[in-house]
Amino acid sequence: MAQLEARNLHTSYGLSRVLFGVSFEVEQGSCIALIGRNGVGKTTTMRSLIGLTPPSEGEVVWEGRQIAGLAPHTVAKLGIGFVPEDRRIFPELTVWENLDIARRPAEPGRQAWGEDEVFDLFPDLKDIQSRAGGVLSGGQQQMLTIARSLMGNPRLLLLDEPSEGLAPRVVETLRERVRTLKESGLSIVLAEQNLGFVLALSDMCHIMEKGEIVYSGTPDHLRENRDVLDRHLTL
Amino acid sequence: MTGRMTRPVLAACLTVLVLLALVPLLESNYLIDLFNEIMIYALFALSLNVIIGYSGNVSFGHAAYFAIGGYTMAILLTTYEWSLLPAFAAAVAFSFACSAVVAYFCTRLTDIYFAMLTLAFSMLVWGVAFKWRSMTGGDDGFVGVDVPAFIAERVPFYYFSLVVIATAVAVLWVICHSAFGRALLAVRENPVRAGFVGINTRLMRWWAFVVAGTFAGIAGSLFAMVHRGMYTESAFWPESATVLIMTLLGGMYSFFGPAIGAASLFLLERLTNEYTEYWPLVLGTILLAILMFLPEGLAGLAQAVRRQILRGR
Repeated sequence: MAQLEARNLHTSYGLSRVLFGVSFEVEQGSCIALIGRNGVGKTTTMRSLIGLTPPSEGEVVWEGRQIAGLAPHTVAKLGIGFVPEDRRIFPELTVWENLDIARRPAEPGRQAWGEDEVFDLFPDLKDIQSRAGGVLSGGQQQMLTIARSLMGNPRLLLLDEPSEGLAPRVVETLRERVRTLKESGLSIVLAEQNLGFVLALSDMCHIMEKGEIVYSGTPDHLRENRDVLDRHLTL
Repeated sequence: MTGRMTRPVLAACLTVLVLLALVPLLESNYLIDLFNEIMIYALFALSLNVIIGYSGNVSFGHAAYFAIGGYTMAILLTTYEWSLLPAFAAAVAFSFACSAVVAYFCTRLTDIYFAMLTLAFSMLVWGVAFKWRSMTGGDDGFVGVDVPAFIAERVPFYYFSLVVIATAVAVLWVICHSAFGRALLAVRENPVRAGFVGINTRLMRWWAFVVAGTFAGIAGSLFAMVHRGMYTESAFWPESATVLIMTLLGGMYSFFGPAIGAASLFLLERLTNEYTEYWPLVLGTILLAILMFLPEGLAGLAQAVRRQILRGR
């Protein structure tokens, strides 16, 4: 059984419907990617999973349990970490405090994330741990947001456009960090527009258009069928 | 606002504590009473700031818990002749219980709805104090509280009050600077963010309300003893407004700001009353000045001045 299953998600913001029956599965330890242009529903899919915008129809099954409609903090405690697109750190809190508020013990018998482990993964953060979150660079904020979700010891990470607005070299570093995370056994759902990022990391890609998944395939398959990409992703 | 207690802050706290301890040496009954009352209001304002500065909600009804603590203390000491410790413990426990119940309802709401509901509950408390004449004395007030003999004199009571308040402030400081305090700041800054980080925002806001109510109850119970009485004014909404203004004047983004605000406003009121009876006019002007020019209060002003000086060096 898949670790996370989205079944036929329909989500709307008030009267405007955004998702029209999105379904996919995430196997334990794998990375799946949601690809698509702006406004196709990638972020909304993530918000539906974490509970910020509960789906009006459909199910989210997490480790065998139906979690659609639960409050975000409950979903977070069940082991799903969310790294939103706009790098939502707490600007008034220091780097260390940003990490501290998200601290939650790991399940017994699993590798636990604490500040030491987090600083091993993101050494840059260690040197600036007493600095206020608001003065960090974009790349540092992105690292901090990911680090913060790790402090909650999630078993699955939702990464919403992690590479957006970052310099190419920072994106490269970030990609290696995410790869390390994946290799440590963390499952990842990645929403991205940066194809290089997606193809390098994911095991399965879902292309979204107008609130639906219109194509699913492995990165290899996508590489061989550039016409699919051209059709769905170029403007 | 966050972080550990720095050396200058600790030094300032100890200095204030020593100076307060020296007040009775001036042998002025007026000054002893004045400082006693300032300390009580300082604790009252600091407690309110847990809701305002830390959880980011505005309460218009904080006087209710001050009054609950005060009336409980007055009634238990006098009507039921309890001794000091059980009466004090009961007053604190009852403030805790009442704020716990009210917080359950209020934290379902946010923003203006939260504020209005706190006001509504405080009016209920006022109504009980006003109408339950046989127990509270109604609008004549509860006059003649039996303060235990060992602190019945002015100076022993002052030291008792100082010890209780200093301890309460220290405990409040630890609470506000613990992981709980940081989580509250996260809720204040962005409840949505705090939510998906795994913080139960409603529970956090509930705790903030309960902590605030409990410490207001401690301040209220001391107030009942220093005045040897408790009056319905203490539960009425202008009292909630006063403590709110103290908090804003001092600065809600600083832990000690509200205490500074309480002292300043209290002294200013005393001074103004020597010269004119138009205190509300002065109060209105002060409020206007804070809102327009000092949004972070006196503590914010002090910080800005300090930064300016450091830059000039």
